[in-house]
Amino acid sequence: MERLHLVLPIVLLVALALAMLRLRNLLAIAILSGVYSLVMALVFTSLDAVDVAFTEASVGAGITLTLMLATFSLTKRYETRRPADPLRRAFALLIACSIAVALGYATLDLPHLGDQTAEMHRHIAPRYIQLAEAETGVPNIVTAVLASYRGYDTLGETTVIFTAGIGVMALLWRWRTDLS
Amino acid sequence: MNEHLVVRVITKLLVPFILLFALYVQMHGDYGPGGGFQAGVIFATAFIVYAVVFGVGRTIRVVPLGVIIAMVASGVILYAGVGFAALAAGGEFLGYGAFDPQDPARGQHLGILLVELGVGITVAGVMLAIFLTFAERRRP
Repeated sequence: MERLHLVLPIVLLVALALAMLRLRNLLAIAILSGVYSLVMALVFTSLDAVDVAFTEASVGAGITLTLMLATFSLTKRYETRRPADPLRRAFALLIACSIAVALGYATLDLPHLGDQTAEMHRHIAPRYIQLAEAETGVPNIVTAVLASYRGYDTLGETTVIFTAGIGVMALLWRWRTDLS
Repeated sequence: MNEHLVVRVITKLLVPFILLFALYVQMHGDYGPGGGFQAGVIFATAFIVYAVVFGVGRTIRVVPLGVIIAMVASGVILYAGVGFAALAAGGEFLGYGAFDPQDPARGQHLGILLVELGVGITVAGVMLAIFLTFAERRRP
């Protein structure tokens, strides 16, 4: 049980996911998903992935929850229940179970946690770790990789966020009743 | 929520510190965890808290619509502009080393700082725009 600090949060994540499945109050579901993100941030922190944890906490738990709450101010707060067709339910259960089995089977191929001989840790990561600070003058390797080595990708991501913002504004903003 | 005195006072106290923390995360991303994306989100959160308590109308007076649209666009322009500036300085697109041929690491550091700033500005603008768009539609 040396990995108790990972097992406990993951048990909590499963419990949260089940609670979200059972609930019909959308507000409670949104808040629980924020809690889910916070627990996930804890997991990332205990894996020493502080940058990812920071993003998960600020984006997943913070802004996503806020935007969800803003959405509920426009829609209803409760999920409407439709009478379930038993055949459709059985089919959905079958699909869900087979995907779960397939994903579980796929994890058998994953390298063990912290395995230094894994392919992904031998490819380009050692070069980054050795040379990033000398080449970019930035001690935080994550920042160096994101902004410099993978600068194209981050430019693309920024453009995606830009496009999303423009899209929301174009679709939803009531330009005529301008707030000026 | 404008009628709750405690909420109003605490929000007014909190907002400057949230903004300061956002700037810290932005500028300290080279040395610690964080960077433009997280900083932008935190920066927007300060205004969102303000909007939740004091209303969309007053928030729009602090950051007018034109400013938000300018933020959304200027971050991407800054990012791409740094890329083209590196091109003009004789390097490759987004190859910040070209900014300081004697010491490429210094040029890289400068480029990373500017690029992260671009990410932060766009993210802050977009998050603010999305929230205000949703909140504004609720107003009669």
